[in-house]
Amino acid sequence: MEKLELQKIANEVRKDIVTAVHAAKAGHPGGSLSAADLFTYLYFEEMNIDPKDPKKADRDRFVLSKGHTAPGLYSVLAERGYFPKEDLKTLRHLGSYLQGHPDMKHIPGVDMSSGSLGQGISAAVGMALSAKLSGDTYRVYTLLGDGEIQEGQVWEAAMFAGARNLDNLVVIVDNNGLQIDGKIEDVCSPYPIDKKFEAFNFHVINVADGNDMDQLKAAFDEARATKGMPTAIVMKTVKGKGISFMENQVGWHGKAPNDEQYVQAMEELEKAGEALCQK
Amino acid sequence: MSEVKKIATRASYGNALAELGKKHDDVIVLDADLAAATQTGVFKKEFPERHIDCGIAECNMMGIAAGIATTGKVPFASTFAMFAAGRAFEQVRNSVGYPKLNVKIGATHGGISVGEDGATHQCCEDFALMRTIPGMVVACPADDIEAKAMVEAAYEHVGPMYMRFGRLAVPVINDNPDYKFELGKGIVLREGKDLTIIANGLCVAPSLEAAEKLAQEGIEAKVINIHTIKPLDEELVVAAAKETGKVVTVEEHSIIGGLGGAVCECLAEKAPVPVKRIGINDVYGESGPAAALLEKYGLDAAGIYKQIKAFV
Repeated sequence: MEKLELQKIANEVRKDIVTAVHAAKAGHPGGSLSAADLFTYLYFEEMNIDPKDPKKADRDRFVLSKGHTAPGLYSVLAERGYFPKEDLKTLRHLGSYLQGHPDMKHIPGVDMSSGSLGQGISAAVGMALSAKLSGDTYRVYTLLGDGEIQEGQVWEAAMFAGARNLDNLVVIVDNNGLQIDGKIEDVCSPYPIDKKFEAFNFHVINVADGNDMDQLKAAFDEARATKGMPTAIVMKTVKGKGISFMENQVGWHGKAPNDEQYVQAMEELEKAGEALCQK
Repeated sequence: MSEVKKIATRASYGNALAELGKKHDDVIVLDADLAAATQTGVFKKEFPERHIDCGIAECNMMGIAAGIATTGKVPFASTFAMFAAGRAFEQVRNSVGYPKLNVKIGATHGGISVGEDGATHQCCEDFALMRTIPGMVVACPADDIEAKAMVEAAYEHVGPMYMRFGRLAVPVINDNPDYKFELGKGIVLREGKDLTIIANGLCVAPSLEAAEKLAQEGIEAKVINIHTIKPLDEELVVAAAKETGKVVTVEEHSIIGGLGGAVCECLAEKAPVPVKRIGINDVYGESGPAAALLEKYGLDAAGIYKQIKAFV
């Protein structure tokens, strides 16, 4: 798919995220928006998947280890055709299948239930190991927050993946620099992230701008070509990317826009979409 | 019972896994650096490529088991009860239980009969912890025969299941041709009209001994082996309570939340009768030989007899 097409889809995903979180009156827009380009790239370009057959055996798998950014995942799944876009407005509502955090039992396209930080990566490692055990060729992707990697279980999983040379596994760290209590380096610095994964026997790719499709493509192509060890993609992103008043603001980690803010956010995204159409 | 054949149910677990591995290619056994102790080493010897040592990282092991289960294989995640139910509780709840994944947890070294390692390794809380997870089957076998049957049943059951095995060699009591294992179904081992003793795990054999001693004094106890704590065989428990009017529970577990807790919850609602819970009385264990510990904490035949005598 052309870069411009991917950018247009990512812009639609951003609209979906803001719309879903606004309708839910709760949720996590900041980290959903920082990863919107990544979600789009994975589901429209990188992964071998089929929305008509969400559970096909040889599909690539994705585990959203930073499960609180479910609005981002759900939005891209809806854009890809796993379920109707209108349903996004039921996010977090009583009785909706779109639970606050990913629920594999009820949401088409969700490969693993997640949300308790640090746990998703272990499940992704289990999937990658299972493929190796039975000689299957599917690949496994998992997205972690940069705050999430403070969880010890992340490093248990990384140690195992590195020791087992799971080259069908790609761990992506969304390095947007903010967590609930502030900047990650002020709360409990996980830096240097790249050197840590290197020490755990990963091939590490630093992406200077994880909101840039070209850079994402280069990183995932390199990951695919990497044999004998798992890959960690550490991507710098902007939390709240695409909405001026949310960008790099810690307060937008887990808060819904009010009606006025919602209108402004959608106007900004409409304009961004129009600009893309004129390219 | 010194002449009776004795075997630890952890050994039964290892042997049963090896048998299961022969029959089913999709059985994957995980361990956390305890393969010799949990006896999954027996499986490893036969199927090294299907035995995954995760190192000393139980939380990650549960997540890996969950991931494997999503791909259709049947993982048996093995470590000590303390780390399976205790340390990794939240991983079991959120990564295994919530998505109802087909993960089997083989937890060995349950209870105080762990012995010399002492309180840090004597898990007397696992039934309580695991029982609160929706959809989790919780079971504990009384002997070698039951343990092997339980592992088979665990493979056939689709969904998460927690099994507790013991370190100490225990007598084989189920070696009769009529023995039949069914998940969620208790087994009446002795009839009696004066009270019902409900036991599981290594407490079943001494409970039978205690019942014989009571019989010599004219007290006839019905003895039920409840190997599956969840789902509890409520029909059998309620019927026995109504029939005998008094119930005693015996387990190598805290008196809070385990078999005794489950039986009390059931009877309080469906057939209120006086209940005496025999188990670990809300205290930590300590180092010592297993037999001496069981005696000190009142879980040998004499201790069980004494406590029942005081109750009736």
